[in-house]
Amino acid sequence: MESTLFLAHTEADGSLGKAALEALSAARALGGAMAAGLVGAAAKPAAERTLAVCGGEFAAPRYATDAAAAEALIQSSGASIVVAPGTSRWARVLPGVAHRLGGRADTHVTQVKADGGRVAISRWFYRQRIEAELERPQRPWIILIEPGCYEPYAGELKGAVEPVAAPQVECRTRVEGVQAPKADEQTIRPDAKLLFVAGAGWTKKQRDGVEHIEEAEKLILGFLKATQASLGSSKSLVDLSGEGQKVLTFLTHLNQVGQTGATPRHPKGLATCCHGEEPHVVGWRFIRERRAVNLDPNCGWARGKADVVYVADAFEVMSKVNELLSAQDQKL
Amino acid sequence: MPFHIVVCGSIVPDPLQTLEPVVGAAGPGLKNEMMLPAVLDPWAAHALYEAANLAQRTPGSKVWLVSLGPKAKLQQVMMTVAQKVPFELVALDGPAGGFVDAYETAAALAGAIQSIPGLDRNQLLVFGGWESASRAAGATMQVVGEILGIAEQFQGVDELTVAESGELRILERMEGGKHQVSVCSGPPAVLGWATGNLPEPRNNPQVGMANMRTVMPALQKAKPAPVGAGGVNYLSVALPKQQRETNVIKDWSAEQIARDIVAWIEE
Repeated sequence: MESTLFLAHTEADGSLGKAALEALSAARALGGAMAAGLVGAAAKPAAERTLAVCGGEFAAPRYATDAAAAEALIQSSGASIVVAPGTSRWARVLPGVAHRLGGRADTHVTQVKADGGRVAISRWFYRQRIEAELERPQRPWIILIEPGCYEPYAGELKGAVEPVAAPQVECRTRVEGVQAPKADEQTIRPDAKLLFVAGAGWTKKQRDGVEHIEEAEKLILGFLKATQASLGSSKSLVDLSGEGQKVLTFLTHLNQVGQTGATPRHPKGLATCCHGEEPHVVGWRFIRERRAVNLDPNCGWARGKADVVYVADAFEVMSKVNELLSAQDQKL
Repeated sequence: MPFHIVVCGSIVPDPLQTLEPVVGAAGPGLKNEMMLPAVLDPWAAHALYEAANLAQRTPGSKVWLVSLGPKAKLQQVMMTVAQKVPFELVALDGPAGGFVDAYETAAALAGAIQSIPGLDRNQLLVFGGWESASRAAGATMQVVGEILGIAEQFQGVDELTVAESGELRILERMEGGKHQVSVCSGPPAVLGWATGNLPEPRNNPQVGMANMRTVMPALQKAKPAPVGAGGVNYLSVALPKQQRETNVIKDWSAEQIARDIVAWIEE
């Protein structure tokens, strides 16, 4: 039987974030002996035995210090399987830590299971176009769980915390903070129930022969404000902005979904003015319920990929949607 | 201070191609893999454009592109890439598919970097895509950095600015559409790029001609890099079965559709 280490970084107060709790569910599902390893400014118990590297220098994500901490925790635990959340912080550092320890790391893992003592994982290749199940001989095997694939662990977390000393490392990097859009300008909301995908059709000439960019912006932002949905965009729309064309001003590359963008996980997705075949459609592969507003009922983005396609003008539909949402808001 | 910028970037099937997995004696691969049109991996391409831009702004800098792939496919892709920005190619002849192990690939790339004549570690920036469009492991760059002994590493980079002091100010993607801001004292450093901020450069025949003087010899002397699957046992490899029964609604008014959408959102 393999021994498992659940490896996470903590929030400022020592608690575990949502992605960490999801990874904890995955780690516990493997069965067998499990310890926890935590890195951060502070740590609270996450298993009966919790090893922790704590201190101010481990509060901020930084390769040199995080790698030293993770290496020390994995070595102290003696675990052969390490289950960790696939956060930006851990994705930056754990593949390198695996190399230091003579092991391997696999990222974007959507499922991990132990069958008769053999651990196997599922992950995607070619940007969510091919799915594979695999097992590895190398240990330690660090498995980064893709956020959104497991329910967050909701049980009681208790036990003892054992401090572990990480070696002092030379570090030439200081973390200055986080740069984020203003709260009312933030259009990427990973925890939103709905993903709204805006396609290039919003910027094309409409029936009257002219573009209606400002109207499109107003409709999309109005919808996002009313629903608190997260905004995704097709690559073509984002690329237009990079080429200096007049496009939706609030879109950046961070909004991009698809083969060279994000593949977010939300319970529902509404695509508007999106076109394209399979490579583009991966952007909403992990959206459970999908609907689309599209003038072309046979578009590859929608047919066979969406549950419902409304064949209609998105400008007209979203205008009405916003009216209804506004009326409901006023009633409340 | 001038930089020695080494960009790690390989090739992937053109994203518009239909991909079908097949399992052979050597493990999984793609059907007709050698026949599929290839492109430079998109995020690695962004890294290359950012490298060239930085080199252009910093006199005395130089860019190398270290690329591991089947020689014939590399040659095909370089015909296009070489017209974009100036670089010197270091080619490795080996498989570049998505099922090749990131750690074996990283070892081969690191070895190639170490063998570049005249490379100054104190000026060294190792660039690459933060993930490939094939394996999407997001592991290769970190391991290259580890083998080269570089612990100043950054992933999902969208912006690099160099201060007059020589410090590197780096924006890395993090959750929720935010960026972490870090300042590194200077080279050596590893940067795995996301999209960056630069558009794809236009083809420049003069750049192409200058590059091809070194590209063709580099391809001819490309060393074999017999990287493999790293001992991974693939239990299954398949296309997703996600064909949905789509309900196509054609004749509703905008008002009807809007009411249906709002009701669905609120379910």
